[in-house]
Amino acid sequence: MTAIPAPALPDGDAIRLAGETLVADPSGALWWPAARCLVVADLHLEKGSALAARGSLLPPYDTARTLDRLAWVVGRRRPARIVALGDSFHDPRAADRLTAADRARLATLVAAAEWLWIAGNHDPGPPGCGGETAQEAALGPFVFRHEARPGAVGRPGDLAEISGHFHPKALVATRARRVAGRCFVSDDRRLILPAFGAYAGGLNVRSPAIERLMGPGAVAHVIGRARVRAIPLAALVADPYDPAG
Amino acid sequence: MPDDAACRLPPLFAGWFAAQGWRPHPHQLAMLDAAAAGRPTLLIAPTGGGKTLAGFLPSLVDLAQRPRPGLHTLYVSPLKALAVDVHRGVDGLLAGLRLAIRSETRTGDTPAAKRDRQRRQPPHLLMTTPESLAVLLTHKDADRLFAGLAAVIVDELHALAGTKRGDLMALALARLATVAPQARRIGLSATVAHPTALEAYLSPTGRADPGAVEVIRGGTAAAPQVAILETAAHLPWAGHMGLHAVSEVYDHIRRAGTTLVFVNTRAQAELVFQALWRINADTLAIAVHHGSLAAEQRRKVEAAMAAGALRAVVATSSLDLGIDWAAVDLVIQIGAPKGVSRLLQRIGRANHRLDRPSRALLVPGNRFEVLECRAALDALADGSLDGDPPPPGGLDVLAQHILCTAAGAPFDADALYEEVRRATPYADLPRGDFDDVLAFVATGGYALASYDRFRRLTQREADGLWTVAGPAVARQARLNIGTIVEATTLKVKLRNGRMLGEIEEYFVQMLVPGDTFLFAGELLRFEGLRETVVEVSRGGRGEPKVPAYVGGRLPLSTHLADRVRAMLADPQGWDGLPEQVRDWLSIQRWRSGLPRAGGLLVETFPRAGKWFLVAYCFEGRNAHQTLGMLLTRRMERAGLRPLGFVATDYVLATWSLDEPTDIAGLLAEDMLGDDLEAWMDDSSLLRRTFRTCAIIAGLIERRSPGQPVKNSRQVTFSADLIYDVLRRHEPGHVLLRATRADAARGLTDIARVGLLLARARDALTHRRLERISPLAVPALLQIGREQVAGAALDDLLDEAADALMAEAAPGLSAADDQGRLAL
Repeated sequence: MTAIPAPALPDGDAIRLAGETLVADPSGALWWPAARCLVVADLHLEKGSALAARGSLLPPYDTARTLDRLAWVVGRRRPARIVALGDSFHDPRAADRLTAADRARLATLVAAAEWLWIAGNHDPGPPGCGGETAQEAALGPFVFRHEARPGAVGRPGDLAEISGHFHPKALVATRARRVAGRCFVSDDRRLILPAFGAYAGGLNVRSPAIERLMGPGAVAHVIGRARVRAIPLAALVADPYDPAG
Repeated sequence: MPDDAACRLPPLFAGWFAAQGWRPHPHQLAMLDAAAAGRPTLLIAPTGGGKTLAGFLPSLVDLAQRPRPGLHTLYVSPLKALAVDVHRGVDGLLAGLRLAIRSETRTGDTPAAKRDRQRRQPPHLLMTTPESLAVLLTHKDADRLFAGLAAVIVDELHALAGTKRGDLMALALARLATVAPQARRIGLSATVAHPTALEAYLSPTGRADPGAVEVIRGGTAAAPQVAILETAAHLPWAGHMGLHAVSEVYDHIRRAGTTLVFVNTRAQAELVFQALWRINADTLAIAVHHGSLAAEQRRKVEAAMAAGALRAVVATSSLDLGIDWAAVDLVIQIGAPKGVSRLLQRIGRANHRLDRPSRALLVPGNRFEVLECRAALDALADGSLDGDPPPPGGLDVLAQHILCTAAGAPFDADALYEEVRRATPYADLPRGDFDDVLAFVATGGYALASYDRFRRLTQREADGLWTVAGPAVARQARLNIGTIVEATTLKVKLRNGRMLGEIEEYFVQMLVPGDTFLFAGELLRFEGLRETVVEVSRGGRGEPKVPAYVGGRLPLSTHLADRVRAMLADPQGWDGLPEQVRDWLSIQRWRSGLPRAGGLLVETFPRAGKWFLVAYCFEGRNAHQTLGMLLTRRMERAGLRPLGFVATDYVLATWSLDEPTDIAGLLAEDMLGDDLEAWMDDSSLLRRTFRTCAIIAGLIERRSPGQPVKNSRQVTFSADLIYDVLRRHEPGHVLLRATRADAARGLTDIARVGLLLARARDALTHRRLERISPLAVPALLQIGREQVAGAALDDLLDEAADALMAEAAPGLSAADDQGRLAL
């Protein structure tokens, strides 16, 4: 792993959840400093080759690019533990398609910290790349799972929930034009991460699928080129119509 | 020469001409001679010269003398409407001749059942488009269908050559020559600046070898009578819709028999049409025609026009080409004509006969357009045409062709390479490029070896032929045929009623139920989306929105831009200009200054929270685009936080969050020494160009209308993402090469940038103004095209975040609690 000097913390947006302070890193990862824990969601490794197998010969470098970005944030944060929140691989056979070089880089990353793979809908089984595997996991005041569970938070004794799955993306009206960016979204009970994978698309954070999970004070933490900033969910631009609906 | 005509024309045809009271044109007879000699032929004749009849005459004579079943003549037109019209005209002729010759059209609008039947029982004459021809060639029975083909006529060749559609057509002709080598090529063209380039398109070798193609020239038309409308109304400072002059346009329509009103965009067509009807006290039959309207509706308008039932049609370029309407006696062009050749073409729609002059009226939309119209008239008087020689063919179009060839039948790479080189745009294609494109089509062409197992094409062990990897690949290839990449459109349908046409999806995204908008000449109320159909009802209240269409804007030829520049610099020559325009220029002189011939005027002023810099370079849009990319990058480095730029043929305008002050420093000549290529690669221009190339080449699927959003994160790929990945990992990839070639075609003009930077060094005038200057107004109206994704992006987000946080006052404390705590 390349040694990159860690800059002064925090250089992301701070999020307060269940009494802990978390940092929304501009890479799209979540950093939990007190536990030295790094969380990433929806890597979708080998999505490019999955599409290629179906006839769309897209450039195959998405895995390399995702791993570049992962190595970069791991180099900066130096986590003791890494949690991958599911859909880490695009499909159950994806790990078999890794190139030798990508497989080696992934192994180095997995070996660098206590690695936990959470199962996702794309990758229900263990990937066979080292690390531990779980359907979901409780750590401190948090439960980590792939997809947020409606009604799972808010009662006394419930853990705060950290999840992925939805690939949230925010549309911000600025003075000059609308700007779109991946985003985290949080309220006082749960937090949803953006997709980390290079070829993962996005779903508008104002979509009913996401909005119905969040409380009234929900905030999106929108990733720009180098910084993350908080914007109330209700102030973001919704997709004006939903052809599916 | 009646005697000569009589001996060359069979009696049936000579009798028909006589019965019409016509005499055949010499070039029509010359076409018969060329057919007898069996040589490919290029007919160059002005509009109204009976070109279409000349093209078909040899085929009709042949079929009359030697009747036989099977497809005899293929007619290819760049416009569906033209194919339909020519079919109508030929059918009428056949009825008059009492010949049992069957003619049909085949376009994207032809029902599937009819298309199937046409392949089993082809008509003698088939009128079609380049795309439909390309699809026909992918069918396994293409050999049988074209076995007896005697002639292929390409109409409006000048409009196809040099475009990607021209590349597609040239490749289809090369394929056709392999399938049906006996078929003779006939090209029909208006007068052009580069006729030899067109000869090459018809030559069997793809090159304009001496004597390979017989060139026949039709007569010259009478000089057109063109005037510029001197409006009594207030001539707008800005805008290009021309609505100020609608009542004067209406008066002209009322006085003429039949008028064609040309506009430059579909949105403008809707607005002008609506405005004309608002004052149509005489309820004159006025119709509207543009490419987004339902095919059925367009055909209705064309038929009514042909029948002489209309007094006027408001049309876009959908009616630019060859439709033969002898009854049109006036053409009105609203908005600047943009090019001399194009203006000539449009004017030629009026009085479609050679012996009488066409009558036309130009209606400038604003004061700048007055200058442009004047320059166009001067150029017409000088007889100088604009146009560049056609560039080499696009590698993206070649990729599409290779995939389609495989979809038809397995091919040998060497043989296909030779065939492709017989298509003019690819006559000089290096084998290396061909192999790269083939590799791209087969596997994506990536250096990563492990990717080889995913294939669209495979090479057979037994005979080394290339073949599609499966039927799904062939199906997808056929669906993707074509080079026109448009924004995704949705169908517009009256509630419980008929389909009105298609509208761009992004416009629909701006509508909420209850909104009204203008479409198909009606005021419609948006009811909602039902699956992928925009449901509307008639009527509705409130200020209507006007649908915007991407890509409607045509570039002004640099030829005209030069003329406008000279006119501006010389106040002595303003006498011929309308008073309002003289006033405008005088106010500009008083408020700021006039651009001088050898100098460079730059204005800066604040507006709507941004700082604008407007440079009056007059070096043409291509050079301004390049300069815009270079200048905004330099502004970025100077910390001015640029947001975007717009380049017109006259002007470059940039806007930034901070005020540019050191103009001489920004325009210093060392700009060109900077890493131009890297800068260009990062521009949104290149990204858009890449997207087009990737779609044509079949890398990204054309998005089907209204594809459900919930699935889009699985299947939709941003072309941007792919562009970035390719630039990083495969900078030499064939699609990036195709993109850069397109950019070089249309975006860069380094030599002229150099010239204007030299003027900036020697004779720069910088005027810092309180507000926008009169001359800057037209340029600023086009703003919104080029965006700069730099540091300003983060600043904008910060600003918006702060503002939105402040706005959400009740939630602010909660947000502070969980969103803004420092560690």
